Amino acid sequence: MFDDLRDLYQEVIFDHNRNPRNFRIIEDADRKVEGFNPLCGDRLTLYLKMAGNVITDASFQGSGCAISTASVSLMTEIVKGKTEQEADTLFKQFHEMTTGKDERFNLEAVGKLAVLAGVREYPARVKCATLAWHTLDAALKNQQEAISTE
Amino acid sequence: MTFDVEKIRQDFPILKEKIRGKDLVYLDNAATCQKPQSVIDSIVHVYSHDYANVHRGVHTLSVRSTDKFEGARTKVKDFINAASDKEIIFVKGATEAINLVAQTFGKANIKAGDEIVITAMEHHSNIVPWQMLCEQTGAILKVAPINQAGELIFAEFEQLLNDKTRLVSVVHMSNALGTINPVKAIIEVAHAKNIPVLLDGAQAIPHIQVDVQALDCDFYVFSGHKLYGPTGTGVLYGKQALLEAMPPYQGGGDMIRKVTFTETEYNTLPYKFEAGTPNIADVIGLGAAIDYINSIGMDVIAAHEADLLHYATEKAQAIKGLRIIGEAEEKGAILSFVLDKIHPHDIGTMLDSLGIAIRAGHHCAMPVMDFYNVPATARASFGLYNTRQEIDVLMNGIESLIEVFG
Repeated sequence: MFDDLRDLYQEVIFDHNRNPRNFRIIEDADRKVEGFNPLCGDRLTLYLKMAGNVITDASFQGSGCAISTASVSLMTEIVKGKTEQEADTLFKQFHEMTTGKDERFNLEAVGKLAVLAGVREYPARVKCATLAWHTLDAALKNQQEAISTE
Repeated sequence: MTFDVEKIRQDFPILKEKIRGKDLVYLDNAATCQKPQSVIDSIVHVYSHDYANVHRGVHTLSVRSTDKFEGARTKVKDFINAASDKEIIFVKGATEAINLVAQTFGKANIKAGDEIVITAMEHHSNIVPWQMLCEQTGAILKVAPINQAGELIFAEFEQLLNDKTRLVSVVHMSNALGTINPVKAIIEVAHAKNIPVLLDGAQAIPHIQVDVQALDCDFYVFSGHKLYGPTGTGVLYGKQALLEAMPPYQGGGDMIRKVTFTETEYNTLPYKFEAGTPNIADVIGLGAAIDYINSIGMDVIAAHEADLLHYATEKAQAIKGLRIIGEAEEKGAILSFVLDKIHPHDIGTMLDSLGIAIRAGHHCAMPVMDFYNVPATARASFGLYNTRQEIDVLMNGIESLIEVFG
C-alpha cells in the first residue's frame, strides 16, 4: 500500500525506530546538548563522552518521529570512536546528502547513513533527519544552549 | 434543503486534483478550506471588470469597486447578524483582529495589575497577543483549565472572574480538540461582572451559525480563508460603542477625516480601523464565499458535518492503539488523534502517499499538547465537501500504516 514510500521508510529505519540504539543517559557525559524542532515538537538530548578529541560514547533521550529517531540512533552508533574532525566531516556529508543539490552524491561515503538519503525528496521531513546532526554540531562546538531547527 | 455532497464537490475544482496518483482526500479544513469556483470567479471578475481603489475616486470603476467592497461588508454583517456595517472591520485574519483589540482596547483599558482571562485550549493567536499586552502594561494573564475530555471547567473559569478582570477572550471552537465552548454561558457570567468578552471564531465560523447579537459578545473575530473564502481576509466584529471609544490601530490613509501637521481627526467607523488600501478583491471574494454558504444553509452544513464526525469517531474508536484527543460533549468536525508508538509526522507522510491531507503537529496550540503530554497529534478536520467514503479511505490508511509500523 505504501510502495511510494519505500525510499523514505526503509526497513532499517523501522528497525531503529522500534529499537533505538544508545537510548540512555550518560551520567558523566562531557557534552550534553538539547535539540528541538518547534515545527513538529521533536525533542532530543544528546550525550557525548570524550577522551581528548575522540568521542568514546554517544547516547540520546527524547521523542520524535521514525525519521528523527532512526537518524539520531544511527548517528550515535556511527560517531562512536570518531574524532571531532571526523564527526564534523560526517555532519557536512550528511547535510549535503539530505539537502544538497548534487544528484550524484556519493552514498558510499556515509556508509549506513545512506538509508536516510530518501528524505531529500520530502522537504517537509528533511529537518526530522537533520535535527540529530545539528545537535551534534552544537555539541562538537561545545555549545551549552539548546539548539532549534528554526 | 436537501444536501447533495457530490453536487457540492463539483463546485470545488481542486477536489479533482490527483495527489501522488491518488484521488485527493482533503481533511485539513481546520487549517484552511478549499475554495468554490464562485469565489475564484468573483476575484477574477473584480480584477477583470470592476477593479480600482475604493473610497476615493469619482470615476466609474472606483465607484463599482467601492460598491462591491462595501457590499461584502453588508454580507458579513448579515451573516453574523451584527447591528450595523460600522461594526464590521476588515483585517487580514483572526490573528490580526485579536492583535488589534489587544493594542487598542487593551492599551486603553488594561493597566498594571488588571487581569485578562483565557482558557487552556486557546490557539497561540489568542495567547501571544495578550502576553505581549501584559508585558507592555503589567497586566496578568489568567488561564481557565480544561478537563481530560477537553472541556472548559466552567466553575474554575467563573472563579477566575473578579473585579480586576478587564477582558475574557475565549475560543468559540478549539482548533486542536474540536471542543465547542459554552460561549453563551461564558458571556452571561462575564457580563454579570461587567467584563467584556471576545470570541475567537476562527474555527467556529464555517461550522456554527453565529449571531453576535443573540450571543451578546463584545468582540467576535474570524478569518475568511476558513470560511471557504480567500486568504488575507478577516473580520473584527465589535459593538459600536466599544469601537467608538477605542483608539485607532494603525495610522494612514482612509482612516482619517482631516490631517494637518499639528493634528489629525480620525474617520468614522469602520474606516477608523482600516488604514491603507484594503484587500479589495479578496474581501469581495469573502462576500462570494458567504453567498455560497448561504445558498446551502448553515444548518444543512452543520448536520452533514455532524454526521461525518459521528461516523469518523465510531470508526476511529474501533482502531486498536488509536487514542482520540478531545472528546468534548459539544464538539465540531475535528478528529484529533494519536497512535501508539507512531509519531503524527509519520502518520502525515504515510497518509499523504495515499492522497490524504491531514495535519500533523501541535496545531499552534502547544499548551494543549503539553496538557495531554503528547508532542503532537494527527488531525483530520472535515468540511462541507467531505464524504463518508473519504473517511473510509482515511481509516483504511490508518489501519494499513499501523500494520507497516508493526
